[in-house]
Amino acid sequence: MSEANAQPVSTAQPVEAEPPRQHIDVAPAPHLLNAATSTRRMMTDVLIALSPAFAVALYVFHWHAVRQVGICVLGCIAAETLFAWARGRKTPVGDFSAAVTGVILAFSLPATAPWWVSVIACFAGIGIGKAVFGGLGQNLFNPAMVGRAFVMIAFAGFLAAGGYVDPKSTVHAITEATPMTAAYKAGRSFDLWRLILGNANGSLGETSALALVIGGLYLCLRRAASWELPAGAVLGLLAIAGLDNLLHPDAGWTALHHLLGGAFLLGAFFIITDPVSSPLTPKGKLIFGAAFGVLVMLIRLFTPYPEGVMFSVLLVNAIAPLINRWTIPTPLGGTVPAGK
Amino acid sequence: MTAAAPPKSAGRGTFPRGIHPPEAKHLAENAAIEVLPTPKQVAVPLLQHTGAAAEPVVKPRQEVALGDVLGKSSGFISAAVHASVSGKTAMPSVATLPNGRHVKTVPLQAADEQPLAGQALYDDVLGGEWPIPAGTELEQHDPQQIAEAAAQAGIVGLGGAAFPTHVKLVRNDAKPIDTLLVNGCECEPYLTADYRLMLEAPRALLAGAALAARANGAQRTLVVIEDNKPAAVDAVRKAAEGTTIETVVLPTKYPQGGEKQAIYAALGRTVPTGGLPLDVGVVVMNVGTAAALARAVLRGKPLTHRVVSVTGAAIAKPKNLLVPIGAPYRALLEFCGGLTDDAARVVAGGPMMGFSLGDPDTPVTKGTSGVVALTERDIARPPETACVRCGRCVDVCPVNLVPTKIAHASKAKDWDLARRYQIPACIECGCCAYICPANIPLVQMIRAGKAELPKG
Repeated sequence: MSEANAQPVSTAQPVEAEPPRQHIDVAPAPHLLNAATSTRRMMTDVLIALSPAFAVALYVFHWHAVRQVGICVLGCIAAETLFAWARGRKTPVGDFSAAVTGVILAFSLPATAPWWVSVIACFAGIGIGKAVFGGLGQNLFNPAMVGRAFVMIAFAGFLAAGGYVDPKSTVHAITEATPMTAAYKAGRSFDLWRLILGNANGSLGETSALALVIGGLYLCLRRAASWELPAGAVLGLLAIAGLDNLLHPDAGWTALHHLLGGAFLLGAFFIITDPVSSPLTPKGKLIFGAAFGVLVMLIRLFTPYPEGVMFSVLLVNAIAPLINRWTIPTPLGGTVPAGK
Repeated sequence: MTAAAPPKSAGRGTFPRGIHPPEAKHLAENAAIEVLPTPKQVAVPLLQHTGAAAEPVVKPRQEVALGDVLGKSSGFISAAVHASVSGKTAMPSVATLPNGRHVKTVPLQAADEQPLAGQALYDDVLGGEWPIPAGTELEQHDPQQIAEAAAQAGIVGLGGAAFPTHVKLVRNDAKPIDTLLVNGCECEPYLTADYRLMLEAPRALLAGAALAARANGAQRTLVVIEDNKPAAVDAVRKAAEGTTIETVVLPTKYPQGGEKQAIYAALGRTVPTGGLPLDVGVVVMNVGTAAALARAVLRGKPLTHRVVSVTGAAIAKPKNLLVPIGAPYRALLEFCGGLTDDAARVVAGGPMMGFSLGDPDTPVTKGTSGVVALTERDIARPPETACVRCGRCVDVCPVNLVPTKIAHASKAKDWDLARRYQIPACIECGCCAYICPANIPLVQMIRAGKAELPKG
């Protein structure tokens, strides 16, 4: 029995002072942090916001939607891991930004693009568009658009207007040309409802204006995207498209068609809103968005390309640092006086 | 009789941007001010304010009484310091204040018998009758004598900046003062010292406000309070009945208590960057400073005690204490039951701009408005990740700056870029670091940049 062996506690023994139980440190203020927001949370919001468009893509393009998104997401994650390893860094895929790039890239490719075109786009996008600049937060251009531009020029056949059509496909949407080619470039009108609901051909994610707007509004409400960007884009686009409409009142393809058709809404809500490649200040964002909208219209109106979103994104990305410089806000109280 | 609706303030009602951190006032807001039992030793720092240190006028091992001058002001922007306990001086010592400055102190061994302690001390500092001077009674106080009394009493701003108050009480013909703003916003989370003062001694602060306006010529006096303190608003409004002092309620938002933000919200005036409220005809004074001024002019007593809010989830019993200047923080923490086991940081001041405390024997100064004990969970910081230029810091900066640009320019020591983004205009409020989704210590980087910024 243990009691027999128990030593009686000697009351004459001094009690040792207890060591402090807490570990108190010093650090500079502020000592509080709003832990509710994180970069990963913002990326998750983007993925959630893209899900209505994904649902429409599943409905319209069937198996192609799953295939394309799956390949692009896996390709981007693989690319990011490879380049991080090559730079001697830990893989950053935990912040979900590679997954977001993958989904956006998939949404901007035709449903029928072969798997190896998608994979090359992923590696070009993440490699040239992101890793070479220093990874997340350092890139000048939108990585998805860089990837798409690379394959557009390298494999022009697959991404040209003809590449979107496969008359022998079992998927009905793919058997006809995209609205931008079939109707707009041919000078004809197109059923607005098909543009809104999305049962038309086009890049994987661009077909349904409604799905994109719903997702885009969610994104703005969650503050994962700044509303000034799509607002500026819509204003810029409508300014030029409206002017064009005024000059050609009988055109079948109106300003509203321009707004709802093509990849404009995908670009306005999901591509130019990439925070890394867009300006920092509200004023800068409005200018950036408006420039994007104007450029999309200029490319559509004055070049043979049916769609101008990809090029416009890259062009405005290029001037984002300049816009930042032009829109440095004045502090409350005026600029710092000389000598301070 | 229904009270007339308070006049609408001319201001915007609030300032642009800002943040809403958890207010956490519930921990100590219902704790009535208690007198801290006289500590065995205090160490009165000779520099506890903006400006030059006081010059000591006592020798070691000298008997001093509560209220005796220990150091006299050494210039225009300087303040006297007084004995906060009766006792014997010791060899001068040096203390490191939480802001990192090493200051000379006059240590005092408290005598066993104190002339004022407990309830008597409370009544002398905060309690009793406070007639609010007005009309002819107010005119009997000479403006210069009021400023002189403030200087003699060693009064400095008790809101945290500790600027010598007498400087704000002189008339300036070049920059006339038309409005006195008495700041009861207390926008920092957790702190409730000013709140309890407004509840328990509203007439003291109003008397001080009336005297301050008499001294510097302000024609309009307003007390500004955030709307998360309705009881204080009522108490001050009721006490101000019959006077011309207005009570203005501002929406609760951090940093509403910053003087530039308070002036913008209440008066609609913009203090120029690098300038002072004086440049727009305004003087801002903390409610505690006003009460101290009333005590100096009406009761002839110097600034020897102040209310300190000891709060936070990591202190056993949060309280608001009336504390002698120079008391060691240890005495306050022990009187409040000590730190809990999960205490991880002790902050002198509020959690947004306060300095963390490394040594519990550091003396309390005139600018110490609170001690906040934070737990590991309160201060938990997920690891820092890359800036994605989301712009949330831009969305919250009350001065309309681009914190991420300034912070990263400071990190890269690109001073041209930092100046182009107006780095000296930063008020170091911490809104940017609070909101950053990537957990980047933005204001900390900016502060380091400001320190290293080459002149001109």
